[in-house]
Amino acid sequence: MTENTQDNTGKFVAVCKRECETCAMIVPVLRQIADHEIHLTVYTQDDPDFPEGLSDVLDDTGLEHSWRLDIETVPTLIRFENNREAGRVAGWDRQQWRRLTGIPDLGEDLPAFRPGCGAKNAEPGMAEILAVRHGDLRLSSRRISAGAAEDEIETCYARGWTDGLPVVPPTELRVVRMLGGTIRRPDEVIARTPPNLIACTVEKAAINAVMAGCKPEYLPVVLAAVEAACQDEFCLHGLLATTYFSGPVVLVNGPVRRAVGMNSGVNVFGQGNRANAAIGRALQLIIRNVGGGRPGEIDRATFGTPGKYGFCFAEDEENSPWEPFSVERGFAEDTSTVSLFAGGEVQGVFDQQSRDPESLCRTFAACLRAVVHPKIPMSADAVLAVSPEHGRVFSQAGWTKADVKAKLHQLLQLPGRDLVRGAGGIAEGVPEDFIDADLPKFRPGGLDIVFAGGPAGMFSAILGGWVATGAGGSQSVTREIKS
Amino acid sequence: MKDQIFLLDPTAEQAPAVRARPARPGSFEGLCVGILDISKARGDVFLDEIERQLHDRGIATRRYKKPTFAKIAPPELRQQIAAECGAVIEALAD
Repeated sequence: MTENTQDNTGKFVAVCKRECETCAMIVPVLRQIADHEIHLTVYTQDDPDFPEGLSDVLDDTGLEHSWRLDIETVPTLIRFENNREAGRVAGWDRQQWRRLTGIPDLGEDLPAFRPGCGAKNAEPGMAEILAVRHGDLRLSSRRISAGAAEDEIETCYARGWTDGLPVVPPTELRVVRMLGGTIRRPDEVIARTPPNLIACTVEKAAINAVMAGCKPEYLPVVLAAVEAACQDEFCLHGLLATTYFSGPVVLVNGPVRRAVGMNSGVNVFGQGNRANAAIGRALQLIIRNVGGGRPGEIDRATFGTPGKYGFCFAEDEENSPWEPFSVERGFAEDTSTVSLFAGGEVQGVFDQQSRDPESLCRTFAACLRAVVHPKIPMSADAVLAVSPEHGRVFSQAGWTKADVKAKLHQLLQLPGRDLVRGAGGIAEGVPEDFIDADLPKFRPGGLDIVFAGGPAGMFSAILGGWVATGAGGSQSVTREIKS
Repeated sequence: MKDQIFLLDPTAEQAPAVRARPARPGSFEGLCVGILDISKARGDVFLDEIERQLHDRGIATRRYKKPTFAKIAPPELRQQIAAECGAVIEALAD
């Protein structure tokens, strides 16, 4: 800066607005600069007649120039040399203005310093509007017109884009704002989405995230969920096509839970939290719209579940007596992750009497045995969501999560004679060959435990899994959430 | 009146941008055909002739009438036609 102090041959641009008191105060300064035969162009953000008494005042009420100049504060004075910016001052700082202009007595009668005001182009939401209007961000998705008299929410219905509930119409402005939630490029392919194995770009995910009701800050979670759901081991195509109830269930761990305000407590699987609802729904809309997975077409569920509108929740890591699920999966505690399970039938576990871990584990085992069918082992995985009141029973006794899992594994060795077809007067069951065997209810690694739920209620919950599990079906997947 | 709104297509864009019309029935076999008079002058003349020709071919019809051509059909009428017919013919012009 110093070497330019006496060089006043450059061109200057000032940006100001009438409603800013500092701008009004420095009008004589602008005239003083112009009087020095310095080329000064003034852009005015709110009133084309302001400031008076200057020859080169340009109307920038549309804010294009302010946006291109990346103005944050008015007044801002910028010096250009050879069409390149050579320095700028924001607000009124007499020393700096003198240095930039090379005019030693500039603003002699004014106070030495006055902060400026926020520029109009920097008002909340304005940057994206101006980026859509003037920027070079080019989104590649097809534009679908909705007539002037048409309700654009109905347009989305008519196009078959919704899950039955209204969606937020994905205008370009909303999508650009959504894309502000990630540093990833709009054209980056995040996954090939079943069933049609369509390349899902960040842009397509963002459009569906808008429709689902996401805030931009949820987008990284949505992107990670799509990536996880589209891993081969998760077997999304089969999960989508099944006649069974299941759909993808999203568990979120790590700092992002609190950052975006996810629910891990009261009514954790229920309605009412925007992040839980919108992130889960965004994944389902991407499967529907990008992948082409629609009910009655490739989705052949006999019943489905309400969770197929979207099923996403956070683990209550703060109150858990155990390590977070993501840590169990090998991630650091300060790493945010999504984990995808295939399932989602919520089965309640009621036990208000057990005060010791042995008894409570027997309750869990009795209820877990009923997953899919009490006589069918190793058919589906399950997630046991332990509530705070049940978790306390284990923490007071010093039981780790591994202790609970080991006990449940022991209690869920089922005698073949109780499971074979015809046993108990029930035709369903395992083949007669297993009559003398003990069979585990869950395959190794097929039972996961998470901690969630409201503080009151001696209940836990079982999320029953899909009836195709392990290498031949779906395996849960955990992925890091990146920005 | 608001400006025309453009939405970004959330799909894989494998279907045409212009929304496809519902598929037309391949034949009238077993269908009841609704004859909808929109209450425009002389529309009934045209519809009477259509209906006569359908009857000549052994095709069942049901007759409906909108209260006024100036407004879209009331929901009850639309639901009734959808429930009772496999196709509907209406006369638009004077």
